[in-house]
Amino acid sequence: MLEVRSLRAGYGRAQVLHDLHFSIAAGEFCALIGANGAGKSTTLKGLAGLLRPIGGTVQFDGEPIERLPAARILRAGLALVPEGRRVFGPLSVRDNLQMGAFTRLFPRKDPGTARQFEFVLETFPRLRERLDQPAGTLSGGEQQMLAIARALMSSPRLLMLDEPSMGLAPLVVQQVFEVLANLARNGLTLLVSEQNATAALAFADHGHVLEAGRIVQSGTARSLRDDPKVREAYLGI
Amino acid sequence: MGQLPNLLLAGLSTGSVYALVALGFNVIFKSTGAINFAQGEWVMMGGMVAAAGHAAQWPLGLAVLLAVVTVMVTGILSERVILRQLARPGPLVVTLVMIAIAICTKSLVMLVLGKNPASLPGFSGSTPIDWGGLRIHPQTLWIIGITCLVMVGAHAFFERSILGRAMRAVAAQPEAAALCGIDPRMAMALAFALAAATGALAGAIITPLTLTSFDYGTVLGFKGFSAAMLGGMGSLPGALVGGILLGSLESLAGGLISSHFKDAVAFLALLLTLFLRPAGVLGKGEVERV
Ligand SMILES: Nc1ncnc2c1ncn2[C@@H]1O[C@H](COP(=O)(O)OP(=O)(O)O)[C@@H](O)[C@H]1O
Ligand SMILES: [Mg+2]
Repeated sequence: MLEVRSLRAGYGRAQVLHDLHFSIAAGEFCALIGANGAGKSTTLKGLAGLLRPIGGTVQFDGEPIERLPAARILRAGLALVPEGRRVFGPLSVRDNLQMGAFTRLFPRKDPGTARQFEFVLETFPRLRERLDQPAGTLSGGEQQMLAIARALMSSPRLLMLDEPSMGLAPLVVQQVFEVLANLARNGLTLLVSEQNATAALAFADHGHVLEAGRIVQSGTARSLRDDPKVREAYLGI
Repeated sequence: MGQLPNLLLAGLSTGSVYALVALGFNVIFKSTGAINFAQGEWVMMGGMVAAAGHAAQWPLGLAVLLAVVTVMVTGILSERVILRQLARPGPLVVTLVMIAIAICTKSLVMLVLGKNPASLPGFSGSTPIDWGGLRIHPQTLWIIGITCLVMVGAHAFFERSILGRAMRAVAAQPEAAALCGIDPRMAMALAFALAAATGALAGAIITPLTLTSFDYGTVLGFKGFSAAMLGGMGSLPGALVGGILLGSLESLAGGLISSHFKDAVAFLALLLTLFLRPAGVLGKGEVERV
């Protein structure tokens, strides 16, 4: 579904990603493991169109998307939940969700959004109770749920999440990953970046390890969990 | 006696105009983090273009519409032609660019429409209405009515419409908004269009009471800026409260102390706000932008 070839990206003159190669098959729950500063966010921003890659290609369902603006990539079916949640604090939960469907509400309203709204609230029942509350008043876990729900409002086929566990209590991390696993079981393709690999590798079925802007290891989640180097560096065992 | 109600009414009408100018400052501050120094010039231009339209025998309503559209186009062009060329302009850069645009706007108006003061007739004439001792210039009612409509409209736009909420989303979290497919440049262009249009309207509705000329924008811009600061920069109700408060204070100071004192009031109010309550009367001390 996603083919990343020789992706190079960076900020100004500082190149961060060096010839990144990896692919994700449809229906896969894929983890991108890496330490702080390894380039996880840069990778996901490059895929989502927030950052124009320096070189390389990204194919989504066979179509090149590396030169498209963020809105077009979103319309193509690829959504990103940004690092640190980034909910629209002063806007209500309902408005946050509608903004997630912005490309389907403006300029023309797509009737499918109402159905997606219901689906998202069934996935996150807590949000239904808080629909008219400003998003800034939610707890960290609820904000993460809202950020995921907002991204789902565009009905993506590939959902990317940048460190969804960041700053959350272990129990809440567990809940977040259970929701993700559920979405994966229903056919959604997922790419989750994580520094703390324990949760990610427990739920994902594939993984790529990123070090200093290069993929140094790829395989099934099980093989990575059992790998001594990964165990030492990312699982703290 | 009887002086106080008249002074307050006069304050309410100039205050309404200040509120409209402050609204323009707030909309652009929210979307760029910058202080739009061209806001006052847009107000002046609105009055000048409306007056020119009227002088060319256009019906009043059309002359006002012409003013709003002309200034709105000027605002959009300023954003398109200059700001959009800059890669990710920060608040300071936008502020500086807007100072330059303000100077150009003023010169342009002077070159095209001349240096003479211009006037407009009152929208419903200028025979004062006597209302139990209150002498009301009919234009006062137009000003207050139009301001109310604009404020209610702006509130509805930012709370209800999809575009208005998208603009607030961009102001709160620009990157997350981009990930929702909201084009930040569209939000910025919209902010400039709205600020220019309300500015022009403010200029057109006050001209029947005050006259206008090409060098009138700086003072009005300063008053609107003071009103915006007084109410809380970036806050929509703050613009209304700050404008009315400033207009009333000015009118009272002018009537009860001395008319020389009038213009100093805005400066004093601005200084006191900065010293005592930098977030403004309605500000909660939180700034949505970082
Ligand atoms: N906006 C930026 N400007 C310049 N350098 C950046 C920026 N964001 C990240 N970097 C650098 O890029 C590298 C990778 O960062 P990032 O992709 O955020 O890593 P991760 O998400 O894995 O923690 C780091 O060395 C970081 O310092
Ligand atoms: Mg990161």
